[in-house]
Amino acid sequence: MEPARGAAGRARPTPVIPRPLVIAGAEFSSRLFVGTGKFSSGEIMRRSLEASGTQLVTVALSRVRTGGEPDDILGHLDTGRYRLLPNTSGTRNAREAVLAAELAREALGTNWLKLEIHPDPKYLMPDPVETLLATELLVKRGFIVLPYVHADPVLCKRLEEAGAAAVMPLGSPIGSNLGLESRAFLEIIIAQSRVPVIVDAGLGAPSHAAAALEMGADAVLVNTAIASAADPIAMAEAFRLGVEAGRLAREAGLARAEAGDGAPRASATSPLTAFLGEAAP
Amino acid sequence: MNFIDLWRRHEFGAVAKTIASKRPADVRRALGRARGSVDLEDFAALLSPAASPFLEDMAQASQRQTVERFGRTMRLFAPLYLSNACANVCTYCGFSAHNRIRRKVLSDPEILAEAGALRSRGFDSVLLVTGETGRVGRDYLSNALRLLRPHFSGLWIEVQPLPEDDYAALAGDGLSAVLVYQETYDERAYLRHHLSGPKADIAWRLGTPDRLGRAGIKRIGLGALFGLSDWRADAWFTGLHLRHVETVHWRTRTSVSFPRLRPHEGGEVPVTPFGERDLVQAACAFRLLSPEAELSLSTRESEAFRNRAFRLGFTSMSAGSRTNPGGYASAPDSLEQFEVDDGRSPQEVAAFLRSQGYEPVWKDWDSTYDGFAGPRRARSPGNAPEALVS
Repeated sequence: MEPARGAAGRARPTPVIPRPLVIAGAEFSSRLFVGTGKFSSGEIMRRSLEASGTQLVTVALSRVRTGGEPDDILGHLDTGRYRLLPNTSGTRNAREAVLAAELAREALGTNWLKLEIHPDPKYLMPDPVETLLATELLVKRGFIVLPYVHADPVLCKRLEEAGAAAVMPLGSPIGSNLGLESRAFLEIIIAQSRVPVIVDAGLGAPSHAAAALEMGADAVLVNTAIASAADPIAMAEAFRLGVEAGRLAREAGLARAEAGDGAPRASATSPLTAFLGEAAP
Repeated sequence: MNFIDLWRRHEFGAVAKTIASKRPADVRRALGRARGSVDLEDFAALLSPAASPFLEDMAQASQRQTVERFGRTMRLFAPLYLSNACANVCTYCGFSAHNRIRRKVLSDPEILAEAGALRSRGFDSVLLVTGETGRVGRDYLSNALRLLRPHFSGLWIEVQPLPEDDYAALAGDGLSAVLVYQETYDERAYLRHHLSGPKADIAWRLGTPDRLGRAGIKRIGLGALFGLSDWRADAWFTGLHLRHVETVHWRTRTSVSFPRLRPHEGGEVPVTPFGERDLVQAACAFRLLSPEAELSLSTRESEAFRNRAFRLGFTSMSAGSRTNPGGYASAPDSLEQFEVDDGRSPQEVAAFLRSQGYEPVWKDWDSTYDGFAGPRRARSPGNAPEALVS
């Protein structure tokens, strides 16, 4: 076994530059983003966010009082500590999403936006056509757009070209706690993407979050699994640990449990390279 | 981001050192990756001296992945040299401007004669090659493409780097693919070997694949002329370029070629050793880095080598190549760019492939994809090529 390559160990090879998570110029040391819905109280939410170590929290515009009255969610958020990411949950098309985005920018004082368009109220499936259209419109209006989408590799490239600051493909249906059902497609998205990939929706356990980070996702967004846990504060900490473990494993050069494609196997009966002779000493 | 910015972030000598520092454990880790998840750090390990004892494992994996993706097939194509006129002075090339050779630029009838000869040999994809001079710029190429469009499904070019607008215009004339080899990513070696002429501008050449991608060219071919500098680092930079094209110009297909320095008219060049074993290591490393890239095996290589190496990850081969303008029909004795080491006819190569259980593929493109609808005109003179394909 090779010793771990820490800062004190063997020099890290030059082609790899350890990357902090940077989205639209903002740096995040925590790769766990947390939603603010479904908590039983503002106080539980506040303590859960603190335990999670998160630096970015999503806020549903539909839940926020935009008229300046005291607000159940905003009132419990230390906005100096957390970057707010308003979402457009509840909108059904690009036109509504743009209106909601403008309102969010005005009310919350941020041009960051999690773009969520789900016309279907049952499964809350994101609409890819409207999401791409809205991304194009919102980028032109100066928003930092993080679209929530299916784990669709081509759509993610199209969103990247449209100027999305990150993409947020789903792991499984929102609120399902099923984990990384879209794993095969997430792997393609991660391999191809030039913007951060944040796995959103469906992560039910810290092990799911760890697996996403191990796979190479840049961050995860979790809400239901924390907010609906019997002890949300402890669960928030468990997710923090899961995310940190997954990221650390990724950077440490994760070995695969199964033999990879090129792993040495039983020797072939007719070697392919015998004609080349032995390596020069 | 443009590739040139990415290139500037990696110093050639430092990359060479990183590769040299790789250990067997790094190679084993790279070989343990699932298909398609080899990263550039793994790629460095696969190119390293430490990988040499693992070459058989790499070859097995490369062959397996290639068969999974492409089947047991081999695309056959031929270069069609349109001109040996060139304004560049390059130390390694027979067309170099200082060489006192007769310069030739094929006329329309000569181009058609070459086309007829290639059709009669069975080819349906041709790679048009020229030197670098204004005489063979956009207008000349546009005319050549229009002449050849009715006779071939796939028209590729390997010519001087052009502006984006020219590529877009040529795409409209039926251009399907462009190969542009960087020769070397080592700036010092590049300047040492490209003494004058437009090619001495390394930045213009480095930016070519990005211009191709933006112009919507459907296939981009990369490569280095192995032997000009440290081959391992040149291969790594080619891989960096490949990954860049794959992610930025993601609609574009890619290919990688492995030209090696060969004897040529005009003198000796100091060559960094890049032997057959190295070529196999490089090709297998590229296959593991990119399961979908076309990997091309040159007729610069010997028959004996090609007969064994073709199955190790390659998906296309040139065959029966002439590297002189008019070499197939109109001027067989004009000066060649380099010596070909596999003198078999395309039919002999195809027969050999069949004997090995591989299908020679003559056509894998259609002009419809380039926006040319409807059946093509009758074939030019010679045998009906279909008879050769059966």
